[in-house]
Amino acid sequence: MPKFDYAPAPESRSVLSLQESYGLFIDGKFTDTVDGRTFKTISPATEEVLAEVTEAGPADVDRAVGAARKAYEQTWSTMAGKDRSKYLFRIARIIQERARELAVLESLDNGKPIRESRDTDIPLVAAHFFYHAGWADKLEFAGYGPSPRPLGVAGQVVPWNFPMLMLAWKIAPALACGNTVVLKPAETTPLTALMFAEICQQADLPPGVVNIVTGAGQTGRSLVEHPGIDKVAFTGSTEVGKQIARACAVSHKKNTLELGGKAANIVFEDAPIDQAVEGIVNGIFFNQGHVCCAGSRLLVQESVYDEVLASLRRRLTTLRLGDPLDKNTDVGAINSAAQLAKIRELSDVGEAEGAERWSPPCELPVRGFWFPPTIFTGVSQAHRIAREEIFGPVLSVLTFRTPAEAVEKANNTPYGLSAGVWTEKGSLILWMASRLRAGVVWANTFNRFDPASPFGGYKESGYGREGGRHGLEAYLDA
Amino acid sequence: MPKDSANPARVADTARVAVRKTYKLYIGGAFPRSESGRSYVVTDSRGGFLANAALGSRKDARDAVSAARKAFPGWSGATAYNRGQVLYRVAELMEGRRAQFTAEIRAAEGISAAKAEAFVDAAIDRWVWYAGWSDKIAQVRGSSNPVAGPYFNFSLPEPTGVVAVLAPRGPLLGLVSVVAPAIVTGNTVVVVASERYPLPAVTLSEVLATSDVPGGVVNVLTGKVAEIAPWLASHMDVNAIDLAGAPSDELRDELAVAATDNLKRVVSHAPSDWLATPTLDRMLAYLETKTVWHPAAM
Repeated sequence: MPKFDYAPAPESRSVLSLQESYGLFIDGKFTDTVDGRTFKTISPATEEVLAEVTEAGPADVDRAVGAARKAYEQTWSTMAGKDRSKYLFRIARIIQERARELAVLESLDNGKPIRESRDTDIPLVAAHFFYHAGWADKLEFAGYGPSPRPLGVAGQVVPWNFPMLMLAWKIAPALACGNTVVLKPAETTPLTALMFAEICQQADLPPGVVNIVTGAGQTGRSLVEHPGIDKVAFTGSTEVGKQIARACAVSHKKNTLELGGKAANIVFEDAPIDQAVEGIVNGIFFNQGHVCCAGSRLLVQESVYDEVLASLRRRLTTLRLGDPLDKNTDVGAINSAAQLAKIRELSDVGEAEGAERWSPPCELPVRGFWFPPTIFTGVSQAHRIAREEIFGPVLSVLTFRTPAEAVEKANNTPYGLSAGVWTEKGSLILWMASRLRAGVVWANTFNRFDPASPFGGYKESGYGREGGRHGLEAYLDA
Repeated sequence: MPKDSANPARVADTARVAVRKTYKLYIGGAFPRSESGRSYVVTDSRGGFLANAALGSRKDARDAVSAARKAFPGWSGATAYNRGQVLYRVAELMEGRRAQFTAEIRAAEGISAAKAEAFVDAAIDRWVWYAGWSDKIAQVRGSSNPVAGPYFNFSLPEPTGVVAVLAPRGPLLGLVSVVAPAIVTGNTVVVVASERYPLPAVTLSEVLATSDVPGGVVNVLTGKVAEIAPWLASHMDVNAIDLAGAPSDELRDELAVAATDNLKRVVSHAPSDWLATPTLDRMLAYLETKTVWHPAAM
C-alpha cells in the first residue's frame, strides 16, 4: 500500500496564555507557597520549559485541607443539591467553551496527540461534569438510601496519562455528592489542573470547594496522610496504591484506588480481523500505551495468528509518530525521561528473555522522549513483559487454542482492570465476560469511556468504581 | 408607572407606539397561524385585552401530531447526553428572558412580581432538573435480571412515542412540568396550552425554536381545550396523553375513555403544588420497558 506523506498540520499554540509561574490554588485564590519550592514543567516532545510551578510543602497542604474543610462545613455540604448542580453545569459549559485551549495545553504538557486530547480527553471531561451535575440534586434516586450524605474533604491524587480527564473523574462526583476536594495533579502534568482552577474562578465556585496543590510524591504523601482528610482517591501505580491502602488501613480513611493493569485483548478466529486489528492498535498504542486499561497482552487464537500478525504489522507501518500538536499525529511523546527509561528497560528484558521484538521503520525526533510502537512475539506467560505493566507502546503477543485457555491466560495476572474480546458470536462474548476477572470487558471495541459507565478494577488493579451510578458510592456515606 | 404596567403589551404605549407580537401556533419548528383562520381574545386578570391568540383546530392538531411523529426517530435516536444538553440549553435561554416571562405571567394572572419570579425561576430550574435525568433514568429504571439459566437478560426504558399533553393552568411552570418529562426520554409532544393563559406558552415556543430542540419535538397549540383535546385523545398515532389540563372532570373521563381506542398511556393526575420537586411518575408514564435475552453459554 503506498504511503502518502502528510504536510505538517500543527495546531496553533496562540490560543494559550501561559504564565511564567504558578502558585497553589487554595481557598479560591492562587497563593505563594509557605514551605515548598518551585519546579519546572516541560514539554516531553521538545524538553522546552513551559512554566514554573510550585511543589507544595506540608504547611501548604495543611492550608488547602483547612480551606476545603471550611468550605465543606460552611458552604458546600449545606447547599441545596440543585445549586451544587448549577455550579457543575457551569463548569461543564466553561470546559466546552475553552475546549481548544485545554486540548492544546494537555498535548503540550503531556505529549499526547492533539487529535486525542481534542476528540477524546476534553470532550469526556466536559461530559463527566455534565453527567455528575445532574446527579447533584438526584442523589436520593441513586440507590444509596433516601438521603445519602457526603463524606467530607477528599484528598485526590491523579496521574499524568490523562491529567484533565482523571481530574474530572475525581472532582465531578466528589462535588456532586457534596464533598470538597484537595487535588494533586501529577508532577509532570500540572498545567491543565491549574487552568481548571481558573475555570472554577470563572464559574464563581465558592472558595475552598476545589483546591489544587501541585507537587511530586512528597506532596501527595502529605495530602493522603493529612488527618483532616476523610477520603482518599488515587489513580496511579499499584505500588503507590498499596502504600496508600496501608496508610488508610491505619488511619481508617475511606479510599478508592484505580491502579495498574495488564489487560488481555483476546481475538477469536471468527472475529472481523480488520476491525480487531484497529482495536488492537487502539488498545495499546492509544496515548502511547500510557493507559492503565491498555490491551497490552494480545491473545490470538492460533488458527488466525499469521493473518492477524501480518495485518497488525502492516497497520503499524502507517502510524505517524511525532509532534503531538500536529493533527496528523497518531503516536506522541513518552511523558517523561523516567518513563522512557522504564519502557526501554522492560523492552530490553523482553529481548533478553527470548521474545522477538519488532517495530515498524520509524524515525524518532532528536529532542524529547520517544519510543517506537513495538510488538513482541514468541512471548510466554513467564516473561516479565507478559506479567508487568510497561505503560508504554509495547504489545506482547501470545496465542491460545480454546476459549477456556484464553480465559486462563487472560486471568493469569495479579491485575484485573479490563479485557477485550473479539468474536462475532454473542454467546461467546458473554461466556467470556462472565469468566474474565476484570472490571471492564470490551466486546468488539476497546478503550471506550463514558461518564455513565462505571470504570475500575478487580484484584490488584484497585477497588471502587468511577463513573455511572456506581461511582457515586465512593463519595457518599453509603 | 401606569397602573397596568404588568401588561407588557401596554406599558410601552405611553412612551412610543409599541410593536406588538402576533401570537401563533408552533408546529414542526414553524410558527403558522391556525389553518382555520380563527383567533380568540386573551385578557389580563382584570379583563383587559392582551392579545388575539390562534384558535387551533382539529386540522392543526393533526398537523402537530404528524410533525411530532416525524421528529420522533431523530429525537429518540439522539444520545441521552445530547438530549440532556439540549434541555439544559432551554434553561440557559429562558434565563435570558426571565423579565419577559415574569411580565407575561404577571399580566396573565395578576400576581405579584415576587410570585411571578418564583414561578419563572422554578420553571427554569425544572428544565435543569429534567436535563440531568436524560442519562440517568435508564440507570435508575433499567436492570440486568438474574434469570435462572445461561442467559444475559437486561431491561431498558424506551420512549413510547408521541405524547399529547393538556397543559395545566399554571401558564409557565405547569407547562414546563408536563412537557419536559415527556421529551427528556426521547418522546415528542403535542401540547395544548392553557386556554386561559396561552401567551407564555407561545413565548416558550420561541425559546424552543431558538434553542437546540429540533423542530417537531415540541408542538404548541393554543385554543379551546374542549375542542382540540378529543381529536388528540382519539388519534391513533398518539401513544400517550397527559390530562393534567382537562377543563372538567367530565371531559377528563371522556378523554380517558377515548384514549383506550389504541390503549394510550394516560396520566390524569396533577400535583397539588407544581413548585414542589416532581416525582418520577410523569417520566415513567411515557417509557416502555424493553427486555432483551441473549444466550451466555457456548
